[in-house]
Amino acid sequence: MDLGPHAAFIWLSYGIFAAVLAALTGWLWLDGKRQAQALSDLESRGVKRRSARALDANSNGTV
Amino acid sequence: MTQMPSQSQSLTQRLANPARFMELSGRLLPWLSGIAGALIAIALYKVFFVAPADYQQGETVKIMYIHVPAAWLAMMGYGIVAASSFGLLVFRHPLADVSAKAAAPLGAAFTLLALVTGSLWGKPMWGTYWVWDARLTSVLILFFLYMGLIALRNSIEDESAAAKLTAILGLTGVAILPVIKFSVEWWNTLHQPSTGFTQTVDPSMRTPLVISALGFTVLFIAMHMKGMRNEILRRRVKSMTMAAVERAHAKVTEQN
Repeated sequence: MDLGPHAAFIWLSYGIFAAVLAALTGWLWLDGKRQAQALSDLESRGVKRRSARALDANSNGTV
Repeated sequence: MTQMPSQSQSLTQRLANPARFMELSGRLLPWLSGIAGALIAIALYKVFFVAPADYQQGETVKIMYIHVPAAWLAMMGYGIVAASSFGLLVFRHPLADVSAKAAAPLGAAFTLLALVTGSLWGKPMWGTYWVWDARLTSVLILFFLYMGLIALRNSIEDESAAAKLTAILGLTGVAILPVIKFSVEWWNTLHQPSTGFTQTVDPSMRTPLVISALGFTVLFIAMHMKGMRNEILRRRVKSMTMAAVERAHAKVTEQN
């Protein structure tokens, strides 16, 4: 593929574009994994969300 | 028991429940990602194997197919920040701040891409990477605004105060959008007037440009959705951690 005398500018533009989008996607994916892991760690230690605690309390007749 | 949404509720009201948003976005996200990937692949094929070289710019015009979508998404991103800020300050929508927070880094990244690709397009076409003309300068101000929003939020520990203050800055900054849009008409700029997706672009170039813009727009929506999901999870983790600490503290106090 011959992109003419300014090929370097074209490839550099597309390269930077792809790198930034890949970094954004990777960051979002890793952040999601990290939060899901933290949430599951808390749940495995028996920590419950407020809504879940309210449901438990209701079913136990304490509220 | 989950309450069924009444018919009188608007879509935004129905999505106000973070649990419902998580469920809906979890189902939508793979589809949006797939559609974005397919559209971007088609656009790239058309750009590199179908679209002709420009009679004046030659192959350098290929930069347009990423520069224009990046510039459009830089502005759309700020539109989302401003609309979300309005939703927080006026309607106190529970997901408004989550949306504003998730949109800011994405908008900043696309603004940076618009500036960099524009600069790399400018050097061979204008003979310079940068000029302080109205369009370029106003887009640079937009980038600084995004940075300011992110920095302001990170500098305030109280999440509720951070949300309100960034929302005020976000709404104030919306004035930059018409300045960017009309800068090429209001002032004499080196940047060309906006041709965008209009009839002035030949169909052989307009079609890949429209597909590219659509593809990156869907990608932006998918990334925004993912960012919102991450933020909702982060807030759950934070509130559960605080609840666990409070309970542990109460237990220690009880024992003493």
